[in-house]
Amino acid sequence: MSARFDNREVAVALVAGLVFGAGLVISSMTDPRVVIGFLDLTGDWNPALGFVLMGATGTHLLSRPLLKRFAPRAVAAGTPTKRPIDRPLLVGAALFGAGWGMAGYCPGPAFTAVLPALGTTLAFTAALVGGMAGYQMLHGEPSLHEPRDETC
Amino acid sequence: MIDLSVALTALGGGALIGMSANLMLGLSGRVAGISGIAGRILEPGRRDRAWRIAFVLGLALAGLALAPALPESFAETPRPIWLVIPAGLLVGYGTRLGNGCTSGHGVCGMARFSGRSYAAVGVFLGTAVVAATLTSMLVGGAA
Repeated sequence: MSARFDNREVAVALVAGLVFGAGLVISSMTDPRVVIGFLDLTGDWNPALGFVLMGATGTHLLSRPLLKRFAPRAVAAGTPTKRPIDRPLLVGAALFGAGWGMAGYCPGPAFTAVLPALGTTLAFTAALVGGMAGYQMLHGEPSLHEPRDETC
Repeated sequence: MIDLSVALTALGGGALIGMSANLMLGLSGRVAGISGIAGRILEPGRRDRAWRIAFVLGLALAGLALAPALPESFAETPRPIWLVIPAGLLVGYGTRLGNGCTSGHGVCGMARFSGRSYAAVGVFLGTAVVAATLTSMLVGGAA
């Protein structure tokens, strides 16, 4: 892989991170009260999180045919190999959901809200990185998944 | 009653997130899944840390840049700190074990009709609703 390609990849990731973070701030996902307002069935229900997920998934879903047409190799590279639904997937999702509901943060908003540094946000993000490091220590092998297989 | 301006702002913010996923997939052939992008920075022997760090930095800089203009978008969690720390550990460990979070499984995985992602979203949304509701009832800190 040439250095030039690496630079391009870094630039794309920086811009994509900025756009992603802007979307989270504009839609108030960086306010855990809004997130809890969606998840908590007892309080004043706030539908915002549902609309954010619809807007994001809908935009990406509708764009995929175009992406496939104009960047077929990139889309193929970024499509994880099919794997069965297994225990780690379900257990991991359950643990994640429990933490998400307890504090009102998932990883994106935690990283986006960390610099305006409000005490508990900083504490959550530090613990989040700690949990990721813990996973690394317990299940260390780097090639558990294919190199490009980011998620899913 | 659903406030129309809240709904439109949320849809618009969501559309930006979808555009970010488009950029990553179309230009780099990557899934815009934040837990995978960030978590793999910690993987030993990884040679592609630069773009991962750039993505996380982009998130953080977007927050820093927009905080003065949209201060009402930022707030502390109403939950006590003794719950916030274990919650962070669960989110960090769980998203790595389950191979994705709201972005990777929720946005990218559902958009390409991945069965694993639909299963993951069903489980983490379900447990999050139970956890958020129980926490509000037992500990307090409802929104």
